[in-house]
Amino acid sequence: MTFKPLTAGLASVLALSATMALAEKTDLVLGMQLEPPHLDPTSAAAGAIDSVVYSNVFEGLTRFGPDGSVGPGLAQSWDISEDGKTYTFHLAEGVKFHDGTTMDAEDVKFSLDRARAEDSANAQKALFAGIESVEATDPQTVTVMLKNPDGNFLFNMAWGDAVIVAPESIDNIKTTPIGTGAFMFDSWAQGDRIELKKNPEYWGTPAMLDAVTFKFISDPTAAFNAMMAEDLDVFAAFPAPENLPQFDADPRFKVLIGSTEGETILAMNNKMPPLDNVKVREAVAHAINRQDIIDGAMFGYGTPIGTHFAPHHPDYLDLTGLSEYDPEKSKALLAEAGVTTPVKLKMTLPPPSYARRGGEIVAAQLRAVGIEAEIENVEWAQWLETTFRGAHDFGFTIISHTEPLDINIYARPDYYFQYDNPELQKLMEDLSVESDPAKRSEMLKTAQTTIAEDYVNAYLFQLPLHTVAKTGVEGLWINAPTQAADVTGVSWSE
Amino acid sequence: MTDLRTDSLPPSGAPVRLWGRALRSRNLVIGAMLTLTFALAALVSFAWTPFDVTGMDIANRIKPPSARNLLGTDHFGRDILSMIMVGARVSIAVAFVAVGIGLVFGVPLGLWAAARKGSLLDEVIMRANDLVFAFPSLVIAILITAIFGPSALNAIIAIGIFNIPVFARLTRSGALTLWQRDYVLAARVAGKGAARISVEHILPNVTNLLIVQGTIQFSLGILAEAGLSYVGLGVQPPTPSWGRMLAESQTMISFAPHMALFPGLAILLTVLGLNLMGDGLRDLFDPKLRGRS
Amino acid sequence: MLRYTLSRLLSLSISLAVASLVIFLVIEILPGDPAVLMLGVNAQEDTLAALRDQLGLNGSMLTRYVDWVGGMLVGDFGTSYTYRTPVADMVGDRLWVSLPLAIYALTLSTVIAFPAGIWAASRRGSAADVGVMGITQLGVAIPNFWFAMLMVVVFAVNLRWFSAGGFPGWDEGFWVSIKALTLPAVALALPQASILARVMRSALVDTLSEDFVRTARAKGLTRSQALWRHALRNALIPVLTIIGMQFAFLLAGGIIIENVFFLPGLGRLIFQAISARDLIVVESVVMLLVFAVVMVNFMVEIAYALVDPRLRRR
Repeated sequence: MTFKPLTAGLASVLALSATMALAEKTDLVLGMQLEPPHLDPTSAAAGAIDSVVYSNVFEGLTRFGPDGSVGPGLAQSWDISEDGKTYTFHLAEGVKFHDGTTMDAEDVKFSLDRARAEDSANAQKALFAGIESVEATDPQTVTVMLKNPDGNFLFNMAWGDAVIVAPESIDNIKTTPIGTGAFMFDSWAQGDRIELKKNPEYWGTPAMLDAVTFKFISDPTAAFNAMMAEDLDVFAAFPAPENLPQFDADPRFKVLIGSTEGETILAMNNKMPPLDNVKVREAVAHAINRQDIIDGAMFGYGTPIGTHFAPHHPDYLDLTGLSEYDPEKSKALLAEAGVTTPVKLKMTLPPPSYARRGGEIVAAQLRAVGIEAEIENVEWAQWLETTFRGAHDFGFTIISHTEPLDINIYARPDYYFQYDNPELQKLMEDLSVESDPAKRSEMLKTAQTTIAEDYVNAYLFQLPLHTVAKTGVEGLWINAPTQAADVTGVSWSE
Repeated sequence: MTDLRTDSLPPSGAPVRLWGRALRSRNLVIGAMLTLTFALAALVSFAWTPFDVTGMDIANRIKPPSARNLLGTDHFGRDILSMIMVGARVSIAVAFVAVGIGLVFGVPLGLWAAARKGSLLDEVIMRANDLVFAFPSLVIAILITAIFGPSALNAIIAIGIFNIPVFARLTRSGALTLWQRDYVLAARVAGKGAARISVEHILPNVTNLLIVQGTIQFSLGILAEAGLSYVGLGVQPPTPSWGRMLAESQTMISFAPHMALFPGLAILLTVLGLNLMGDGLRDLFDPKLRGRS
Repeated sequence: MLRYTLSRLLSLSISLAVASLVIFLVIEILPGDPAVLMLGVNAQEDTLAALRDQLGLNGSMLTRYVDWVGGMLVGDFGTSYTYRTPVADMVGDRLWVSLPLAIYALTLSTVIAFPAGIWAASRRGSAADVGVMGITQLGVAIPNFWFAMLMVVVFAVNLRWFSAGGFPGWDEGFWVSIKALTLPAVALALPQASILARVMRSALVDTLSEDFVRTARAKGLTRSQALWRHALRNALIPVLTIIGMQFAFLLAGGIIIENVFFLPGLGRLIFQAISARDLIVVESVVMLLVFAVVMVNFMVEIAYALVDPRLRRR
């Protein structure tokens, strides 16, 4: 089985660059909310690191395309053995790191071995857990042996946590990242901006911009003001949906509306009475008016969902009908479950505005059926410690699960919402070794229905992705299949 | 910085003349009127508000002022006038209790230090005061909230702690000059203890000072509470607070200015009212200083 | 004088030692594990343990306190957990924003407050006096973050005279940087200028009524001559004290304003460090700020004692 690289994407990029030869502006100032703590994507969970360096500075064996598909990266092609356990990657020729050293099979071996080592600080160590051994067969060929066949292996290798780094530059990677990408690190004014410049020696299609500045503006108002004052050319993942109509109405700007992999849910603590009763959880689901939440918290942007699955996925089932807004039914269910209202439950809300605003609306809707959700606004540090891990001291919380295809979290009984269903656990186990697409699709649909009918959580909406840009900017990603601000294909038109 | 303005002591005047002067003091009258308006709004809000402050009406969100909603509605369709009324309650309560903390802890410390002037105790109390002043107050407030979780109580504590040294210093400096007075010397000769003198002779004579300073700390407390809830600390939703209303309206200021305008004005006018009242009271207690500041 | 200075130094050292202990203990009880925050929701226990070890979070409380204080005494403020750069370097970088901003704001406030205060004092009771004092009342009462919001809307978004925030860096040019700091400096200066103008005026009014000024006037000086030659000099003492205190406040007190204008200053560094649980940064920066204020107070006391020997016996 041999995989042939897709060249269609490259061709269109080339066509675009031809029309642009005369454009004057060759730099870009791109705003984003969070500043990366450091620049090593292989030793931290911070999505902001990927936003800056993924594909731009660092590349992996495979890479995500704008539509979420997995295509060739540093590995131009690969062979997979009959038993699905041996992957032979053929690396691109003439690839050099930004410091001039050559990227070869030894670097790949180093990177993968480093990520799965005993003392590795990789935040997604599980991605590498299936690797038995990595061999550098010759400078351009790497052989990876897996413990078991894994249909997701190429997908795993496309993550930012699996990019290829060099032993020569690893010591200073956090402050001076040396990768193989079309852009190289230039400077970092901490607390303000990171500057990248074009890599003139890039092995693939060269970038069309000469320089890119990532500017970090966490405050939504400041982000709006900076865009309006034209201090920025692009804002990736614009945080304030309420301002989008103004950008839309302004001929200087355009708004790109895409989708993330983020299922935004009202998570419930399935072990905490009375939420351990499925009737109570169903009552919660019926108490919620999704449209009000989307209008009030997201100013109308966002697709309602009825289960933990992205609506743009081909296997998505629309199950919103199972949890229609019906406060009377909700009250009846609560009575049926023998709950004396008002019942008090704690609702922890992490910082993003979808959670804080959504939480206030949900709390008001729950209050109407006799459930008092006591809001506690928390920082991420507290959310992780008290809600996600540890004592799970919460009744409700609102959170967007942005990892792609993550319905398998429902098979983990110790996961923070503590749903324990052996049937689903068995189903997910079978899914991981199933390779027949039709059967996989069927299993995914069963899983979606199971969790929706068990009302594990209340499913609110798919988190949209809003990018605001000046009108002349072309080639931005519209959707976010992974957290990245890939600017390798961005250019100015006019 | 405020004890500069209050270093001389007010003599007591006849009550009748005091009232007459009070009514003629422009600062005092305007200040008291502003303060009373908000205090009244806060009181009324316990019994009645035009709309339920927690009631959302998403279809009616971000409406400018109208006959139905006098100050318009916010992004959840809640009535801003109602929210400002309940917000007044929160601001006033937090600032009031924070001043109370400052008085309860600061005044005895100041009296005690003054009674033992020059001793190690005096030194320790005054150094501790300096040290509290040396801490960046907002950072400490953020840390307190990060430890105990955001709530009105923690805002009170965070603001209250920094009121203690203010009152301790003021009381000490006021008391020190009193200890030189003849009637205090007489009391000492008569064999009264330091504690008794402090309570019977010193405290009543620093009361005016404390009232004036208390008014100023009250207004600073309202500003501080607004700042804390603006950065997301302080009282939690659904209870409205002025600072949080400002924070939430910030992204909408360009198309819904009413949402940012009214809470901001509420803070401005309350603080202004209290400051004017403080100035007026100082003039009143100490005619010598009239028009001084 | 030497004895006085030594005793002041002793109490200063005790104060700093107490402060360091308080800060350390507060940070100790702060909930939230930096390692969990850095590695996120999918981190495995062994990875977390490895990271905690790297960060030096595993030692006993006592050894960590001693390490921290010992390091600071020799100028080593530790290494940031998240940025992995020395805290001293980060503080150095941020000071290049916060210090100029504080100086700028203070200059503005002084430049506004001095003439306003003098003018009001010299025309005490006039319409000008009432007007100036009314404006300063508003200046003290206005929440400065609200004022900053309004200024951004007017001057950055609508008129586009200034950028809405951010800081280009001093190597981009002096005037560019000054321009970027202008709106934040105005927002910070307004309440400070109001307070300063009021203090200035009342200090002048006080000294104008004192004997030596009366004497000077009796000798035939005009009111304004008396004001300039005698009263002003004496009024400067309270005014300078206030300026000193305001400077210390401005250095750290700009957190909210730094957020509104997304300036990479010291205040925002602490704010971010707290939410990222970059505890070593929080500890060291707060300690530095306390140290700065305590030192300023110390120097003021010594200066006073030099001027007025009576103060040496307290």
